[in-house]
Amino acid sequence: MTTVLQHPAYEEERLQRVAEQLPCRELQAGMLLSLMGEPQHYSYPSIFIYGHRASGKSHVMHVLLKELELPHATVSCVECISVTLLFEQVLLSFFGCDAASLLPRSPSLSDFVRVYRQQCSHSPAKETRYIVMEKAELLRDTDANLLPALLRLQELVEDNVTVILLSEIVWDKFRPNTGCFEPLVLNFPDYSKGELQQILSQDRHPSYSAEFYSSYINILLGVFYSVCRDLRELRHLAALNFSKFCEPLAEGKVKETDTHKLWRNIEPHLKRAMQTVYLREVSSLQWEQMQQMEEKETGALRGLSAHTHVELPYYSKFLLIAAYLASYNPARTDKRFFLKHHGKIRKTKFLKKNEKTSNHLLGPKPFALDRLLAIFYSVVDSRIAPTASIFSQISSLVTLQLLTQVSHDDQLDAPKYKCAVSMDFICAISRTVNFDIVKYLYDFL
Amino acid sequence: MSKRKLKDDHLPVGDSITQVQKILRERFCHQKLPEKPEGVEAQHKHLLELLKRTAIHGESNSVLIVGPRGAGKTMLLNCVLRDLLEDKDVQKNLLQVHLNGLLQTDDRIALKEITRQLHLENAVGDKVFGSFAENLAFLLEALKKGDRSSSRPVLFVLDEFDLFAHHKNQTLLYNLFDVSQSAQAPVAVVGLTCRLDVLELLEKRVKSRFSHRQIHLLSSLTFSQYLERVRAQLSLPGSFPDSKFAQDWNGGIETLCEDKSVEEVLQRHFNSSTDFRSIQMLLMLCLSRVSVAKPTIKPADLLEASRLCLSDAKANMLHGLSILELCLIIAMKHLNDVYEGEPFNLQMVHNEFKKFLHRKSNSMYNFDQPVIMKAFEHLQQLELIRPVDGSSAKTQREYQLMRLMLDHSQIMEALQKYPQCPTDVKQWAMSAFG
Repeated sequence: MTTVLQHPAYEEERLQRVAEQLPCRELQAGMLLSLMGEPQHYSYPSIFIYGHRASGKSHVMHVLLKELELPHATVSCVECISVTLLFEQVLLSFFGCDAASLLPRSPSLSDFVRVYRQQCSHSPAKETRYIVMEKAELLRDTDANLLPALLRLQELVEDNVTVILLSEIVWDKFRPNTGCFEPLVLNFPDYSKGELQQILSQDRHPSYSAEFYSSYINILLGVFYSVCRDLRELRHLAALNFSKFCEPLAEGKVKETDTHKLWRNIEPHLKRAMQTVYLREVSSLQWEQMQQMEEKETGALRGLSAHTHVELPYYSKFLLIAAYLASYNPARTDKRFFLKHHGKIRKTKFLKKNEKTSNHLLGPKPFALDRLLAIFYSVVDSRIAPTASIFSQISSLVTLQLLTQVSHDDQLDAPKYKCAVSMDFICAISRTVNFDIVKYLYDFL
Repeated sequence: MSKRKLKDDHLPVGDSITQVQKILRERFCHQKLPEKPEGVEAQHKHLLELLKRTAIHGESNSVLIVGPRGAGKTMLLNCVLRDLLEDKDVQKNLLQVHLNGLLQTDDRIALKEITRQLHLENAVGDKVFGSFAENLAFLLEALKKGDRSSSRPVLFVLDEFDLFAHHKNQTLLYNLFDVSQSAQAPVAVVGLTCRLDVLELLEKRVKSRFSHRQIHLLSSLTFSQYLERVRAQLSLPGSFPDSKFAQDWNGGIETLCEDKSVEEVLQRHFNSSTDFRSIQMLLMLCLSRVSVAKPTIKPADLLEASRLCLSDAKANMLHGLSILELCLIIAMKHLNDVYEGEPFNLQMVHNEFKKFLHRKSNSMYNFDQPVIMKAFEHLQQLELIRPVDGSSAKTQREYQLMRLMLDHSQIMEALQKYPQCPTDVKQWAMSAFG
């Protein structure tokens, strides 16, 4: 780390402090610093920074602006559900709370620019002011004129102001159809494996050596790197699983240097973490509790998705099975599956199916109510009267979102439905009523 | 004073660089007006004449300045206004109203803004009172009362003119053009727009009141002129305090522009666009690399800046994907190839991916469906894939139809640049049928 940030307008010491807080981002920070230039000079009207999640976009901006004490307003577009909040926040951080109260009740962009100009004439900018917009992709969903106006804010308010947009999405997807002032587009590249290792190794546990922790990070990256490159996610996983990694050490089974044994101990554990805690099936609190009680096998605790099992009435189960069969089987095969005397099967033609038409790839098809009932009577062995209770069970399945009604044009006459449950779910249901559903599915014939 | 004078001649390098940064940044970022507008002398003369006739003789006019983004419309207008206001009479007499289609999004706001900028009686300080109808009646009355000889001429500048045409009934435009047509207070309406078909947007009654005077700013730049413009943009003015430094700097720029590699880079930029803004962005990136340690612009700086400007953003994003996400993209590419651009869902992609894993017995990428779903959703968040229709709530997530937003060549190029890409994945991507 010999390349320390350099800029004549700022003190060495401060830049040193900035550089310490930005590991592996010296190049980007230096670039930004040189673009921003000296505080009293003009800077480019708008800068657009894109990069993957957790590639340090907000962090670099925050550290730079904070440490160098530049006047700035940081606005998260998630928070600003209306433009009023955005305007208030900008005015508040530049001119104090008096300015924000000058805005009328539902201000337009015109009001904002007017108040800004008025305030600016009282206290003109000695230094470049920065407006940092986080999650800028949400600006596209607001008024169509907000984004173009922000991009040329310097020209509109005639002040030394720079708007910095941070986003995960590339600039091409932002451009309005009549064009706009093009911002300076900068990319924050992803961290490489070595850089991730270096950053993650920084928050090591004080009671263990640095090599020990970095070997742990190495193992962690070996498991997770092919799936996840999000620094925050990896850091979270590293913090959760470290105690398990240290366990054999505490028991005195292995030494710190015995990496292979440590790896053998932790690797299956991390693999299980990918299926559970990475998907938030098991919350991190539960995961920590699970690690405490060793005798209980980790992962034995049922995760979120295991709770999808629902208790249904007997006929509702069959209705759902019938709906699944109706959704995933082509109608022309119904005769063969559900009729007792269906005549001769032309085997060669029947078995010829190509993969493209498999409904388990394409998703469920809509079916009419008549077909559902026909299949229902065929799969249920006893005689059932088509009572109001059967029909109300169908509509309650729709409310439970196990079925979805497809067309809303006619509620009563010949409604069409789709089945919205997964294969595993329906298999579990049919097991409870002793029905072999796979035998009736065309795709698995 | 005398001490200052002594120092002026020869500044230390640090101060000179600060000065250079200050001057050039004002030029590139703040769009400082040039001494003379280049390449648009005829348009400048035309507009100046027109506005002079309004300001001095009280003639009502309307004109549209049309040109693509970054063609110098605002610069032309501001130059004309600067030259116009040099005249003492005009300066005393002319009232200006600046409106912007981005800010004044409807007629009510625009009217308040006009009232405020004209300092009419129903405006107290910065606040404007009265309803829309009152304001309009008041404004029209004020304009109507005036006549050609006695009242002060008003200049209306409508930036982003095409957005004003989207207002309800185009009331504002109708009234402005109507005033300019009839013998009332002298007004000049200048519209700036980047839409060539702007007249098609106007209603018939509005269109008939417009004078159909248009000034087109279409660039007809040759490459040598482009090169000259780059040189002019980078050169220091004669008023630079340290004349020795300025001479050296300008000499450096001269040699820079003659460099073969620089010329090649500029030719590439010239071929993609010729507007002022794209030049300024490029030069701004060069300028930011000038420091005390390196007080000149080297050809390498320009190459680096050009590389930054022209880099493909999507390829950069693909570079940061995990190997699983990359595999999913390759599977999508194969689906696109086989089914000729038909939309796909997660199940199909997973199936395609499984086929790849199946052929390779010792695979390390055996992931569960939920892990793949998470990767798929990440791709959707990055907008590399996009749902076909909006009704996402009704279908299950794994059966929602998607389209790939990437080009075949982009994927292949990203694959070449991908750090430590496994060979079998690369081969899978190359093979014609997955």
